[in-house]
Amino acid sequence: MMSVSEQMITIAICVLGTMATRFLPFFVFSSKRPTPKYIQYLGKALPAAIFGMLVVYCLKHVNIWSGSHGIAELLSIGVTAALHLWRRKMLLSIGGGTVCYMLLVQLVF
Amino acid sequence: MQLRGLRIKAFRAAFPYTIPIFAGFWFLGLAYGIYMNVSGFSFLYPMLMSLTIFGGSLEFVAITMLLSPFAPLQTFIMTLMIQVRHLFYGIAMLERYKGLGWKRAYLIFGMCDETFSINYTAKIPEGVDRGWFLFFVTLLNHFYWVFGATLGGIAGSFLRFNTEGVDFVMTAMFVVIFLEQWLKEKKHYTAFIGIGAAVLCLFCFGEDSFMVPTMLCILFGLTVLRAPIEKAGGFS
Repeated sequence: MMSVSEQMITIAICVLGTMATRFLPFFVFSSKRPTPKYIQYLGKALPAAIFGMLVVYCLKHVNIWSGSHGIAELLSIGVTAALHLWRRKMLLSIGGGTVCYMLLVQLVF
Repeated sequence: MQLRGLRIKAFRAAFPYTIPIFAGFWFLGLAYGIYMNVSGFSFLYPMLMSLTIFGGSLEFVAITMLLSPFAPLQTFIMTLMIQVRHLFYGIAMLERYKGLGWKRAYLIFGMCDETFSINYTAKIPEGVDRGWFLFFVTLLNHFYWVFGATLGGIAGSFLRFNTEGVDFVMTAMFVVIFLEQWLKEKKHYTAFIGIGAAVLCLFCFGEDSFMVPTMLCILFGLTVLRAPIEKAGGFS
């Protein structure tokens, strides 16, 4: 078991590491000098790739070979996307998809 | 008086965007606080950690770290591995967070997955101050997370109701944000690269270590296909 000061150091390291990843790009590419063209390109091209990556990141625990085989997730994502394409109301799509998922995991699977 | 009006207007514009985060963070934060509570920590721990680290997945891992022997270097490397995706957010926000004075430091400090996603995609209404809008999105999300984590840490063991599946609110939010980005683009090279790289690396490396290879694959894909991607354009 750690002492309280060791715990505080551990937490401080977590903060430091996190802040390093959040602040580094802003320190490397200062707002006083123009950002290199390649980095500007990455800044514009990355987000679509990041959002795709984050969707997969949220689903990383899903095992398609066992349990409910990810059917609840797939159906709920379908409902979320369909609602969004239909009305384009962010809260409606997110709320509908979440309720659908809760019903599926609590009552069906 | 004028500044106050400016702030209220920005707050009103920002709040609706954060409602899904409220639902998600309240629940996830609560779960995190309860987890810390049953692991034998006082509510001060989830409160302090949610306030200063403000990164969900790392905070869950940090519980295991705090219960293990003291290992600062391992903690640091683990932190960088889990949080490395923030480098991408910073690169995407370089231009948008320019010229915002003191708010900029807080915006970067509070740039978790959800805050980045909203601040990158939100259409800020005309006449609303951009700096205050981004500030309130960040502040509200930060508040929801600390609130949930602290509440979970205090009341953890008494709460019993069936919330199974509420955490899907985060997945649903990223699906919607992904879709919004998709509808804005003419060609979908980068979206395919992101999903393809993540799925491929998830299968090859497993759920605990696929993020770093995924990011390298995305960088490789975007660099190799730079010419066609730039030609297609249509960036927001």
